[in-house]
Formats: sequence, structure tokens, C-alpha cells
Amino acid sequence: MTMAADIRTADLKAGAERLFRTKRLTAIALPLLVLAYLAYAAVAFDVPGLLGRANLENGARLISDTYSYKTHVERDNRSGVVSYAIEGERKGEYPEGMTPQWVSVAGGVTTVHLPMGHEVRYYADHVEYDVPDYGTIRATPGNGGVNASFPPGDLPDYISASKNRVMVTTEAGRVTITRNRTEVFRYSWGWELFFFTLDSPYHGLAPGVLLGRALNGEAGAIWHDFWYNPMWHHADVAWALFETVLMAFLGTFGAALVALPLAFLAARNFTPLMLVRQLFRRIFDLCRGVDALIWTIVLARAFGPGPMTGALAILLTDTGSFGKMFSEALENVDEKQIEGIRSTGARPVQRYRFGVIPQVTPVLLSQVLYFFESNTRSATVIGAITGGGIGLLLTQAMITQKDWEEVTYYILLVVLMVFAMDAFSSWLRRRLIKGDAGGH
Amino acid sequence: MSEMTAAHAQGAATAQIRESYMAQTRRKRLYGTMMLVVFVALMASGFMTAEARNAGGFWGGLHQIGDFPAALLSEAGEKLSELPANLVTYFPALVETINIAAVSTLIGGVGGILLSMLATRGLALWPRMIPVWRRLMDVMRAVPEIVIALVLIFVLGGGPVPAMIAIAFHTVGALGKLFSEVNENASLKPVEGLASVGANWSQRMILGVMPSVAPNYLSYALLRFEINIRASAILGFVGAGGIGYELKNAMAWGIGRYDEAAAIFLLLFVTIVAFDQLGSHLRDRLTHGRKEELLA
Repeated sequence: MTMAADIRTADLKAGAERLFRTKRLTAIALPLLVLAYLAYAAVAFDVPGLLGRANLENGARLISDTYSYKTHVERDNRSGVVSYAIEGERKGEYPEGMTPQWVSVAGGVTTVHLPMGHEVRYYADHVEYDVPDYGTIRATPGNGGVNASFPPGDLPDYISASKNRVMVTTEAGRVTITRNRTEVFRYSWGWELFFFTLDSPYHGLAPGVLLGRALNGEAGAIWHDFWYNPMWHHADVAWALFETVLMAFLGTFGAALVALPLAFLAARNFTPLMLVRQLFRRIFDLCRGVDALIWTIVLARAFGPGPMTGALAILLTDTGSFGKMFSEALENVDEKQIEGIRSTGARPVQRYRFGVIPQVTPVLLSQVLYFFESNTRSATVIGAITGGGIGLLLTQAMITQKDWEEVTYYILLVVLMVFAMDAFSSWLRRRLIKGDAGGH
Repeated sequence: MSEMTAAHAQGAATAQIRESYMAQTRRKRLYGTMMLVVFVALMASGFMTAEARNAGGFWGGLHQIGDFPAALLSEAGEKLSELPANLVTYFPALVETINIAAVSTLIGGVGGILLSMLATRGLALWPRMIPVWRRLMDVMRAVPEIVIALVLIFVLGGGPVPAMIAIAFHTVGALGKLFSEVNENASLKPVEGLASVGANWSQRMILGVMPSVAPNYLSYALLRFEINIRASAILGFVGAGGIGYELKNAMAWGIGRYDEAAAIFLLLFVTIVAFDQLGSHLRDRLTHGRKEELLA
């Protein structure tokens, strides 16, 4: 008796030790395997080469551009005309006779006050730049190029001077002098002209003053100047956001409408015929397996670029997903309710309507709303491929590689849109499903 | 006499119940109809708006829908002998796409585990920071992958790494949320036991929580892997390497080179379906297999 118990204990002990050994081995082997895979991936992705090619200057420019902007003060050295333009864009030009606050014009001398005590003066025939702790740089553009003189000593790193061009890049700004023109970049915080452009009479007014004017019957004009701001195109951006949500809405709910009747044909308890069931299941698999990317490309050939193409691509992909999920939900319905309805002499349609639909509605609805929220995100990506909605604006702004403040603005809007859709769909889910549960 | 009044009263009460039930039903039906009308109106107006904004209309394009697939298939059919060679040519790109998805799922999964533990009540290292981590996960989930990918392509140049980082970033948020839901159901007893013998936070998490939640984690991570394969294919299309990039190029060649596009379509389709089937099989094993073991 004790012998048998001993043997069993010994067996158990050996078994336990074996288990420990395996576990100890996996505990070491698994992380090693993952590390080995990551190392392989690093080689396959050519990470060292990527680090070599990485353009950190681009990154720095991108980041500084997201929170600041520059104003160009440009002097045509032939005609002597000085012009001011935000980001050097035509749409950001200061109107005739208007100068930024940090520029003063007196007696033919234009003085540009830069931060930290830097000062640039445009004279009729030459330019002077006062750099604190260094001295005054004096440059005379002429026929032979640029004739510049610097304070005694070696040239600091931030000055690059050649026969044709002098460039000084400091923390306060950037000054470029060539034969034809002299240009100063002054950096400022914020997003330029976000509310009103310079040609609007409301530019630069305090919010209180604006509110007063709005109350005095100018609200329409103020709104118009803001909404059709030629720099930021608020109206177009709002429309693009709407288009993205529209794509997600049409795609998701269209897919739900298509998938619901088909799901009955793919559910075991509603379609006893194996052939039909398998056929519809394979159709769903096909719709899901052909990714939204492929659908987008195929559909764009037929319908051209635009939100309809994106909506249809979402619709086709999600018909597959919904069909699978709905038919699974239908297979799990409680037969008792249907039987109860049948006992009252209900016809098949009535049995579906009152016996099945109330049971599955909460499940289906919550799945559809989850998809609606995630499709808002997908619609941004699909929009970038098919050319519609905020995705298109985003890629366009990125391709120009200079309007990073607009890119930041769009990213913020996309994130806010997804947040809003998330909140909306979960609110709706709570409302509808609670209402349904209470009603039945 | 008193019995009769009682019956009468009961009848009146029944009638009242019936009345209020009918009123409720009518109200519900009215609400239902109203919602249906609003929904139909939204769908119809949305359809018309999208129709107006699209370059080609829905009805105009409907009969052309088969044209491109037909052209693709007929060309692929003509050059059927070149299909194996094309498949071999584009196989490395496919592997790259799968690698992007796998690495980003791994990195995103590790990040998601960490964030989810920090954001679960009872497990958090700094309980006051829970809302911060939750918000962080929400933001990471909300930023579409394409945004990060495009920014990183600008800084780092094209290639698989920007796509990998972008997908991993999104995955951290998505998995973190699911993982923290799993954590909420995990038993706290092992954690308390470990705490009583002086284990630090990481030991408590790895030894106390991980064993009980690992199958659920793995199941969610597998699902995410499937999603990430699709995402990495799409990101390739905007310049981030992999099969999507090759597809874009093959499409740009135009008529005469559609056999290459067809080969890529085939590769992508087979991959997605294969991983979908494999994943659902494994997930089934993970969630139901354990139950059978316990019952056996």
C-alpha cells in the first residue's frame, strides 16, 4: 500500500519536474526567439541604412513649423521696393502701406527688429545687421555680387559668405543677401492668419472688439471672412471631414443592410440546405479576404475618385465581416421564442420579425456601431488612396512639404473626429440597446 | 356582492393595464418609424451627396465595374505561364509586408501589456496616473496609421520602418484597451500573495497576472496581427514598402503589365485568407481548448 503510494508520489514528482523543466526552457527560449526574430527584422528592414539616410533636419523643420511661422521681409535690390509676406505666400502678403509691427520705416531706412536685440537695417545702397556680442555685418549688393565686411576675427559658423551670397542664420532669424534681393525671415509663434487673412478688415482685432462688431450686425461678414479664409480653407476642411464621416456611414450601414438578409442564408438554423449555406459563407470570405485596398483600386477604375468609391469599398469589405458575424449571432438565437411565436400561428416573416430580430438586434447593432467608429479611421486612409475627404487633404498638405502647420491642424481634426465618433457611437449603443432590453 | 365589485375592479385594472400597454406599443412603434424615416433619409441624402461628389457616378460606373477585373483576368490568363515567375518575384515584398505586421504586433503587444497594467485598477503602479494612461491609449488608438506613416516617411525616407512604427503605435492603443479589459477580470489573489512575500511591481505583474491572462492576450494579439497585415499592405500603397508599394507600381505600369498586378492581388488575397483561417483556428484553440482540458 505504502509502496504504491510511494511510486505514485515519485511519478508525480518526476512529472512535476519535467513540467518545470519545460516551463523554464520556454521561459528562456521564447524571449530569445522573439529577440532573434526582431534582430532578423532589423536586418531585413535595413535599419542601419535607414538611420544613415534619415533626414533629421526635415524632422526639426517639421516640428518648428507646427508651432511657428515665418514672415519674409524682402527687398528687391534693383527697384528698392520692400515687401512683406507671411510664409512668402502671395495669399499672406501685407497690403500696400501696411507693415508688421516690428518693422519701422524712417527716412528711407527700413529697420527690422528681430528678437534678442538683433536688428537689420535696409539702406538705399547697403544692408546692416547688428548681431549682439558680435558686431555689425555690412553688405553692399552690387553688380559684382555681394561686397560684405564683417567684424574683425574668424567668421562664426552661422555665417556663410561667398562672392554672390551672404547668409546669416541665428536663433533670431535668417538674413540672406544676394545681388538681386535681401531677405529676412522672422519667426513667430502660432499658426499664422488662422482666423482672418491680412486683407480682411477683421484681422488683428481683439476677441472683445470682434464680439461687439458681431453684435452690431457684422456677424455674417465676420463669419464669411473666417469661413472662406483663403489660407486655411475652413469651409473645405469641414466639408472634407463630413465627406470622411459620410464614407464611413454609407459603407457601414449599407453593409449592414446588405449583410442582414444574406446572413439568414448562411446560418445553419435558418438555411438547412448545405449548398446554399456554403455558397454564401464563401461569398462572405471572399468579400473579407479581398482587402479594402484591393476593392478601392478595383472600384476606383469604375467609379473614379471620390467618396462614393470609398464608401463602396468599405461596404464590400464589411459585408463580408458583417455576414460572418451576423450569421454566427443568428445561429445562437434562442429557439424557444421562435417556437412561442409559431404557436400563435405566425407566418415565417412574422416569426423572423418578432421571434428573431428582437433577440439579435442588440448584438448586431453594437457590432455595427463598433465598425462605424473604426471605419471613420479607415475612411481617412481610403480617402488618401481614392482621393476624397480629409485623407486627401492630409496627403496633399504633406506632399507640398512646407505646410506642416496645416498637417498638424488636419491631424488634430482627425483625432477629434475619431474621438467624437467614438463618443457618439458608444452613446447611441447605450441608448438603443438599453431601450431594446427594456422594451422586450 | 363584494365579490362582484372585486371582479369589476379587477376588470377595470386589466383594462387599464391593457390601455397603457397599447399606448406604450403605439409610442414605441412611432419612435421606431421615426428612427427608420430619419435613417432612410440620411442614407438617401448621403448617397446622393457622395454621388454628386464622385468623379464618376454610381449608376454610370455600375456597368463598368467588371471591366477592370475582366481586363486583369484576361491579361493574366494570356500570360498564365509567367504567373509562377511573377509570384516568385513579388514573394519577398509579401514577406516584408508580413514582417512589418509581425514586428509591429510584437512591439505593440509589449507596449499594450505595459500600458494596460498601468491603467487597470488594482494593478496600477501609480493609481493616480490611471486616467492619464487611459487617455494616452485613446489618443494612440485614434491617430490613423497613415498620418504617422506619412510624417515618418518625410523624416526617415520611404521603407518598412515608418510603416512598422506607425502600426505599432496604433497597436499599443488598440491592444492596451482590450488587454486592460482582460486585466479587470483577472484574480487579484496571486498579486496579493506575491506582494505579501515582497515581490516588486514587475514581478507581481509577470508572475501573478500574466499566467492567467496570457491566453486571452494571445488571442487578441493574433486578431490584431491579421488586422495589421491588411494595414501594412495599405500603408505600402502610400510609399512604405512591402507588397502595397509593388502593387502601386504595377498599377502605374497600366495595360500590358496587369499580369503583375494580378499576381500581387493573388498573393495578397491568399495571405489574408490563410492568416485569417489560421488565426481563427488558433484563437478557437486558445479560448475553448483550455475549457476542454479542464473538463477532461
